[in-house]
Amino acid sequence: MPTATVKSLLQKNHAGVLAEWRQDLAGALQTGKGRISEAELAKQTQEFLRLITEAAQHSDIADTETEGWRPLRDFLGEISRTRVLQGFSSAETATFVFSLKKPLFAMLRQAHGKDVDALAEQTWELSALLDQLGLLTIKAFQATREELISRQQAEMLELSTPVVKLWDGVLALPVIGTLDSARTQVMMESLLQRIVDTGSELAIIDITGVPTVDTLVAQHLIRTVTAIRLMGADCIISGVRPQIAQTIVHLGVDLQGITTKSTLAEALQLAMKRLGFVVSRKAV
Amino acid sequence: MDRIPILKLGPCLIVSIQDDMQDQTALRLQDDLTNRIEQTGAKGVLIDISALDLVDSFVGRMIANISAMAQLLNASTVVVGMRPAVAITLVELGLSLPGVRTALNVERGMALLNASIEAEASNAEHPAE
Repeated sequence: MPTATVKSLLQKNHAGVLAEWRQDLAGALQTGKGRISEAELAKQTQEFLRLITEAAQHSDIADTETEGWRPLRDFLGEISRTRVLQGFSSAETATFVFSLKKPLFAMLRQAHGKDVDALAEQTWELSALLDQLGLLTIKAFQATREELISRQQAEMLELSTPVVKLWDGVLALPVIGTLDSARTQVMMESLLQRIVDTGSELAIIDITGVPTVDTLVAQHLIRTVTAIRLMGADCIISGVRPQIAQTIVHLGVDLQGITTKSTLAEALQLAMKRLGFVVSRKAV
Repeated sequence: MDRIPILKLGPCLIVSIQDDMQDQTALRLQDDLTNRIEQTGAKGVLIDISALDLVDSFVGRMIANISAMAQLLNASTVVVGMRPAVAITLVELGLSLPGVRTALNVERGMALLNASIEAEASNAEHPAE
């Protein structure tokens, strides 16, 4: 009797391997309880084993980059994406693939028995295949994660630079969080654009929400103020806390020529005065 | 070669830059403008750069130079309508144009010029004040 090949074995023992795998997975994925339903997992295991068997029939088992493996690759990519959203770790996601090794190796041992050469060779073949598939899941998992992170970063950037109109001709930009180069750029652009759009003559940058001001942050602030001046508007910086005032002086940063106020209210008061508004309180 | 027109309106000269400036155009503008200030005895110069969306360090310095030259010829200069992108570029280039007055649009620029011309005129009348 000729030695059975991996692909024929896969086809023949499909049901047995599947049952054993599910049993292992149920034990290994205790932590995943609640995040994924048993029915869903059962569907995924069945689909995965079906695709791997199918691909092994027609394509080279050593190279998962070929066209025949495409359905399986797509399937794994999809699984990784949903796992990210379900909150699984990368290790747990990879375990899904690697846990198939045990039932498959058991299948080989049963089929080859004493034929050590065939056993070793096919074990290696399957091991290499599953390693490749495992790496593929990790790669897809990571790609999804990175996509998520960059999307959130972009959203944060957008959210963190709201330009509000305080009065006719007075804009305010409350800055919250640390000012880095990228944020300064976005902040500057949106503020300058709003100045052009509204024809405002005064802008107030409120730095109450900036935890620390170092030389770099001060540099960014000075650049923003200079750009605003170049456009023909003026700028007041408000929300300078005592601690920040101390830091700025200790660092030797020169904020000369930039109007600073300790609170937004004072800055608004100054802005109204410059624009010729008078605020008065009705006698009661 | 391109030549930027210089318009006279009362005591002011108005320059509107409608296209991205070449170095040669900028040099020529500097020449023409100083001559016109001398000929007309203008007291104010308004440079509208609202259509300019590309500057390099040369053009940036040119704007500062023209302003300084006009000052020497007894005319105050206002640069109006600078676009956000241009302002950011100039700051990145390290050109903060100190001494150059700016305004958001032509209307406000003219108001600024008229105010400074009037202030000068009243100073001349009552030098003691």
